[in-house]
Amino acid sequence: MEKANVSAFLKKYTMVIVLIIVTLFFTWKTGGRMLLPQNVNNLISQNAYVFILATGMLLCILTGGNIDLSVGSIVCIVGAVGATCMVNLKMNIFASILIMLATGLVIGIWQGFWIAYRRIPPFIVTLAGMLMFRGLSNIVLDGYTIAPMPEKYLMLFNSYIIDFFHGDGLNITCLLVGILAAAVFIIITFRGRRAKVKKGYAVTPLGSDIMKCAVIGLAIMLLMWRLAQYKGIPNILLWITVIVLIYGYITSKTTVGRHLYAIGGNEKAAQLSGINTNKVYFIAYANMGLLAAVAAMVTIARLSSASPTAGESYEMDAIGSCFIGGASAYGGSGTIPGVIIGATLMGVINLGMSIMGVDANWQKVVKGAVLLAAVIFDVESKKRAK
Amino acid sequence: MADILLEMRNITKTFPGVKALDNVNLKVEKGEIHALVGENGAGKSTLMNVLSGIYPHGSYEGDIIYEGETCKFHKIKDSEEKGIVIIHQELALVPEMTIGENMYLGNEQGKKLAIDWNRTYGEADKYLRQVGLSESSRTLIKDIGVGKQQLVEIAKALAKKARLLILDEPTSSLNEADSQALLELMLEFKKQGMTSIIISHKLNEIAYVADKITVIRDGSTIETLDKEKDTFTEDRIIQGMVGRELTDRFPKRTQKNIGDVALEVKNWTVHHQVYTDRKVVDNVSMHVRKGEVLGISGLMGAGRTELAMSIFGKSYGNDISGQLFIKGREVKLHNVREAIEHKIAYVTEDRKGNGLILSNPIRVNTTLANLPGVSSHGVIDKDKEIAVAEEYRGKLKTKCPSVEQNVGNLSGGNQQKVLLAKWMFAEPDILILDEPTRGIDVGAKYEIYCIINDLVAAGKSVIMISSELPEVLGMSDRIYVMNEGRICGELDAAEATQEIIMGRILKSSKGE
Repeated sequence: MEKANVSAFLKKYTMVIVLIIVTLFFTWKTGGRMLLPQNVNNLISQNAYVFILATGMLLCILTGGNIDLSVGSIVCIVGAVGATCMVNLKMNIFASILIMLATGLVIGIWQGFWIAYRRIPPFIVTLAGMLMFRGLSNIVLDGYTIAPMPEKYLMLFNSYIIDFFHGDGLNITCLLVGILAAAVFIIITFRGRRAKVKKGYAVTPLGSDIMKCAVIGLAIMLLMWRLAQYKGIPNILLWITVIVLIYGYITSKTTVGRHLYAIGGNEKAAQLSGINTNKVYFIAYANMGLLAAVAAMVTIARLSSASPTAGESYEMDAIGSCFIGGASAYGGSGTIPGVIIGATLMGVINLGMSIMGVDANWQKVVKGAVLLAAVIFDVESKKRAK
Repeated sequence: MADILLEMRNITKTFPGVKALDNVNLKVEKGEIHALVGENGAGKSTLMNVLSGIYPHGSYEGDIIYEGETCKFHKIKDSEEKGIVIIHQELALVPEMTIGENMYLGNEQGKKLAIDWNRTYGEADKYLRQVGLSESSRTLIKDIGVGKQQLVEIAKALAKKARLLILDEPTSSLNEADSQALLELMLEFKKQGMTSIIISHKLNEIAYVADKITVIRDGSTIETLDKEKDTFTEDRIIQGMVGRELTDRFPKRTQKNIGDVALEVKNWTVHHQVYTDRKVVDNVSMHVRKGEVLGISGLMGAGRTELAMSIFGKSYGNDISGQLFIKGREVKLHNVREAIEHKIAYVTEDRKGNGLILSNPIRVNTTLANLPGVSSHGVIDKDKEIAVAEEYRGKLKTKCPSVEQNVGNLSGGNQQKVLLAKWMFAEPDILILDEPTRGIDVGAKYEIYCIINDLVAAGKSVIMISSELPEVLGMSDRIYVMNEGRICGELDAAEATQEIIMGRILKSSKGE
């Protein structure tokens, strides 16, 4: 019995364990430089776009392993449009942001229409989009890079939340937020547990809940501790957190989320259960366009420029994060927390290898191998379960 | 002493935690048709998988003695080389390939890098004639009916030089006429000296065709009946399968309370989804009353499923015309959602393909057709969802460790109960059950029948589509007979017999 529990636990949290091991490995290999406050900060700001894109990509993958190849190009064209508005046309930055979001959404709607209502295979539609929007962004930019972005715009993404307590070398606000977040997580977990016990429903073993709280609480605290030693909470972390919470809620708690999983599980059954499958496909791809626009905003802020090559191979990072995070290549399963783990793992590998000075080409080889290994593991463990 | 072709001796096969086969013995004589019967999950398929090498030698205990020698099969190819060929329940044919290509798939004729197509098609044609097919082997599989596809599978087995033919539920997707033809073919092969093992739930067919019947229950052989010593009646076989005498296969309804017309269609015509000029439902008018079990009988391909699905929010068909009345008011249903809102439910015949999400738990499947019932403003109340799933699990006596169990791990009968639960939770007034007991065992069938009786007792209307005549006769209050897209008879349950129904179908076919 004990043994079964342990193996079930290991299986459920394999990627978390892998993430911890990989992080420790790079920490050792880089002589601790990996976890320096500034590097932890970089891990977040460098990978912000991956978290955002992977969140949207998960919705597409849930519908049946369908991917969106065009997100990199959408990032590029939305960035180009935004930079043109802000820099060349000197428009108000909030108006520009609205225009960027609208551009992304319109592109999403365009692709979603063909995929959902005309049933053109997503692979083809988004491959076409990948080419078209890359080309269009070159046309918009006329082949040049637009830089720099207005200071006010950069502030939105690149600055840090100020420390209200003026800690010396240690950002106290940051620490407090960390404690608060960990406390909220623990309270929510145990409240849910108590409610379940009260109503007589089956609960997960107490040990595993405590373990979960301990690991996540510790992770939050460590992260915030490190950030506090640097400049505090980066604004970008807020953006990511909000998006992740919203989509985590949608996928796990709402009917729309349930529809996504149902279609990926058995589209025919979903249809005969009265679910408007076309609409669900449409929502997934329209939303992907919207989130790609958010990623574009983040990207041009980080680079302080919009260039014709921005966003190249971003789609692969997003898709890779989803699959490493346990999303099924056939659709119907995968979670937002899993995707976050997947994206973080990719980010850690990237950062670790960069610090170690591994050749960029070898980095690609390693990332590819990790992706393949993750999916092989997923497929094999499912086979064994049968 | 007759010649023993195959003997399986003391076969024991364990899966982690379960003993699937426990000291099973099976003796098959040369030239006989040996039937293997048992409830679902009794171990029939496992036994055949052991025989064919799907479970390789060493993963089970016991011996397989074939033609006097002990065999150790490590893969399917090993057993096929000896002439043991299994035809599985699900047809394994590639629709876009020709009959000939399919027959020699994995066994291509000619050289490795140059397939000899003339020989392939020439040989294929020869075997097709043997099974009584007149089609050219260059015809695409998708262009021939299911019945003929089944025959192609047999021809494919012959092409592998089969000497022991194993048919797993060969008639489960065939209509009566095609089934009959298949059984005759088996008898014909027997005359030519072929040995066959048939696994089937259709006891009347087995009684007709088999020389010996081996009954398996809970992984053990119970008995072997011999045509020469025992009488093969369905009741006798069932007695062996369930271990008790089933006095009543259909539960009686204590009181009937049939009310007003709940649903009515007039002049309903539906065209084929792909071949749009073909009528699959032709000018059908019918009705069902409150508290009534309406049986729709007919052969496979008679247009019953198409009729049901076209009524259910146009989920099948093209160019649908006619009028639909619910409780006397004409309605137009454009999609499934609207049909559900008008309190119609359609329980599909293909529970794995169209009904359930096998990779999801019982809880999720139960609420799928009525998510608003467990959510507010689009947010699902998981506690309520669990409560609902538990409620139906208790009501329908679904056997499962918990409602978080994935549906794919349940037996056919329990899957069917989950599917019924899903539609009962959608709170319909009119339930269309399409082959509600297909492929499930005798015990579970009885439970499904009880559920149907409870539903009509609660004032619902049930339309039951079934290919099994005894079931239609045993359960219905009134019966429509369908053939070739038309209704060719309306019978009261009291006057209906199998002969009358078949007679109506035959008369209608000849009328053309």
